[in-house]
Amino acid sequence: MEDGILGSILVATIVAGTPLIIAALGELVTEKSGVLNLGTEGIMAVGAIAGFAVAHQAGSASLGALAAIAAGALMSLVFAFLTLTLMANQVASGLALSIFGVGLSAFIGKAYESVTLPVVPTLRIPYLADIPVIGRAIFDQQALVYISWALFAGIVWYLYRTRPGLVLRAVGESPASAHSIGYPVIRIRYLATMFGGAMAGLSGAFLSVFYTPLWVEGMVSGRGWIALALVVFATWRPVRVLVGAYLFGGVMIAQLFVQGSGAQLEIPSQFLSSLPYWATIIVLVVISRNVTTIRLNSPASLGQPYRADG
Amino acid sequence: MLPRLEARPEPSHAMRYAAPLLAVVLTLVGGLVIFATLGKNPIEGFRVFFLSPLKDAYGIAELLLKATPLMLIAVGLAVGFRANVWNIGAEGQYIVGAIAGGGIALYFEGSTNLLLLPLMVVGGAIGGALWASIAAVLKTRFNANEILVSLMLVYIAQLGVSWLVHGPWKDPQGFNFPQTKMFHDAALLPILVDGTRLNAAFLLALSALAAGYVFMQRSFPGFQMQVAGQADAAARYAGFSATRTIWTGLLAGGAMAGIAGMGEVSGPMGQLTEHVSNNYGFAAIIVAFVGRLNPIGIFFASLLMALLYLGGEQAQQYMNLPSSISKVFQGMLLFFLLGADVFVNYRLRFSSSKR
Repeated sequence: MEDGILGSILVATIVAGTPLIIAALGELVTEKSGVLNLGTEGIMAVGAIAGFAVAHQAGSASLGALAAIAAGALMSLVFAFLTLTLMANQVASGLALSIFGVGLSAFIGKAYESVTLPVVPTLRIPYLADIPVIGRAIFDQQALVYISWALFAGIVWYLYRTRPGLVLRAVGESPASAHSIGYPVIRIRYLATMFGGAMAGLSGAFLSVFYTPLWVEGMVSGRGWIALALVVFATWRPVRVLVGAYLFGGVMIAQLFVQGSGAQLEIPSQFLSSLPYWATIIVLVVISRNVTTIRLNSPASLGQPYRADG
Repeated sequence: MLPRLEARPEPSHAMRYAAPLLAVVLTLVGGLVIFATLGKNPIEGFRVFFLSPLKDAYGIAELLLKATPLMLIAVGLAVGFRANVWNIGAEGQYIVGAIAGGGIALYFEGSTNLLLLPLMVVGGAIGGALWASIAAVLKTRFNANEILVSLMLVYIAQLGVSWLVHGPWKDPQGFNFPQTKMFHDAALLPILVDGTRLNAAFLLALSALAAGYVFMQRSFPGFQMQVAGQADAAARYAGFSATRTIWTGLLAGGAMAGIAGMGEVSGPMGQLTEHVSNNYGFAAIIVAFVGRLNPIGIFFASLLMALLYLGGEQAQQYMNLPSSISKVFQGMLLFFLLGADVFVNYRLRFSSSKR
C-alpha cells in the first residue's frame, strides 16, 4: 500500500458505494415514472444468487452479471404485472417481492454455499492509476465501477436532455395528462420498472460475483432498503444519489477499518456494524423534516395506481 | 376475443373473501409445479409438505405453537395497516421483546414468584413498543418514512441481540456458544397439553385476537383509524388526530410483536440466542394481508402460514430440500393474493367490442 491508508479507504469507499449507486439509480428511474417498487432488497438477493450461480456454472463473471440483469428484470416484471395490470397495492406488492426474493435466493443459494469464485481482476488504466492517493480509487477499479459512472451519466442525460426522459417524468408527475396527449402510460411504467429491476439485479451480482466474491444467505443485508432511502435522501436527483451512495460507502468502510485496526478500542463489533443503519435513519430524519422539500421533489403520482379509462 | 378488466360498479363482497381461498389454491398448484420442476414427485411433495405435519396430535400442537407468534404479530400489525401505518419492522420489535422478556428472566433467576411470568409478558410488550416508538417519533416529529426506519431497526436489533449473547449475557457454562443460560422453570410458560410444546402463549394470542376484534370492529378509536386508512382527507376533516393514529398503529404492532418474542424465548426456546427470530416478523405481514386485516381471518391465515413453516421442515427432513422453500411458498401466497384481489374491484369481460 504505497499510497497509504487514505488511498486504501478511498478505493474501498468507492467499491462499497457502487452497488448502492446501481440499485438506487435504477429505483430512481422507476420512481420518476410514478412507480414505488419496495422490492429492491429481494431483487438484489435474487440478482446476487443468479449472478453467482451462472458465473460459477459458465465460468464467466460477465455472463453472471448478464444473468443477474435478466433475473432482476424478470422479478420486477412480476411486480409490474401485479401493480400496473392488476392494479394491486404497490407497497404491499413491493414487500411481497422483497420477502419472496430473499426466500427464493436462500432456497437456490443452498447449493452454492461452499463455492468460491475466482477474484475478478481490476481494470487498471496505465499511468493515471499511479496518481498519488486518488489514482487507484478512480483508475484501478472493477469494470462495474466504471459502468456505474457511465450509467449515472447516461441516466442524467436521458432524464433531463432527451424527449423520452421528459415523457417519463411527465408520466410520473401526471399520468392522466400524459395519457391524454397520447403517451402509453402503462407501457412506460412497465419499462421503467423493469429497468429498475435490472439495475437492482446487477447490483446484487456486483456483491456476490465481484465484491466478496462468494454467496452467503442474507448477504444483501439491507442494502436494497438503504438504496431506497438514498433515493429519498437524494430528493430524486441523480447527482445526490451519487454523493449519498459514496457517503454510505464511506460509513460502511470506516466501521470495517475501525474493526480491523482497533482491537484496543473496546467497541463491540456489532455496534460498529450497526452504524450504516443508524446513518440511514439519521439521514432520513434530516431530509424528511422539511415536508415541503419532499413534496416538491417527489414525483407527484408516486405509488398511486393509474388506470386509463373513463 | 381478449379478456379485459372491467370496473365493477360496487366492490364485490364475495370476492373479498374468495380471493384468499383462490390464492391458497393457486399456491398449492404453484407448489406442485415447483416440486415437479425440482424433479420430485409432486404428489409425494404435496403429501410431505402439506399433510404429514398434521398426522397426529403432536403435529397439531406444533402447528398451533408456530401459529402463536404469527397471530400475535399479525393482529398488532393489522391495527396499523388498516390506517396505512406501514410498520414493516415487527421482526425487530419481536427481537427487542425477546431481549426484554429474557432479560427479566435472567435478572430474577431462581425467583419462584408467580408474578415473574406476567412481568416478562409486560416487559416484552414494553420492549417491542419502545422499539416501534422510535419509528413513531421520527414519523410524527420529522415525517421520516416509517417503512424504512422500522426496517433499519430490524438490522440494528439483530446486531444488538448478537452482541448480548456473544458478550455480557453469554452463558459462562455454555461451551462458548452464543446463547444465554437456560431459563429456570418459573420463567417458562406453562405447557397446555402434556407431551407437546404448546404453551400458554397460545392463549395470549387468542386473547389478542379477541381484543383486536373489539378494538378494530367495535371501538371508536378503531373506527377513526379505519377512516384514516380509507379516506385520509375525511379523517382530517372530522378532526381525527393523524399523530394518534400513527402512534396507536406502531405501538400496537410493537407491543404484540414484543409479546411474541418473549413467548418464543420463554416457550419453545427456553433461552435467548441469536436465532430467536424465525422470520416471524415478516411472515406475519403476509398473515395480516391474507387474513384481510381481520382477526378471524388472521386466525386462519396464521394456521396456514404455520403449516408452510412445518412443511418446509418436513421437506428438509424427508425430501432433501432446503427449509427456505417455506419462504418461497409464503411469498407466492402473498403474490397470488394481491393478484386475486383485482377481482374485488374488477371483473373479466370476454368481448371483442371496443366499447
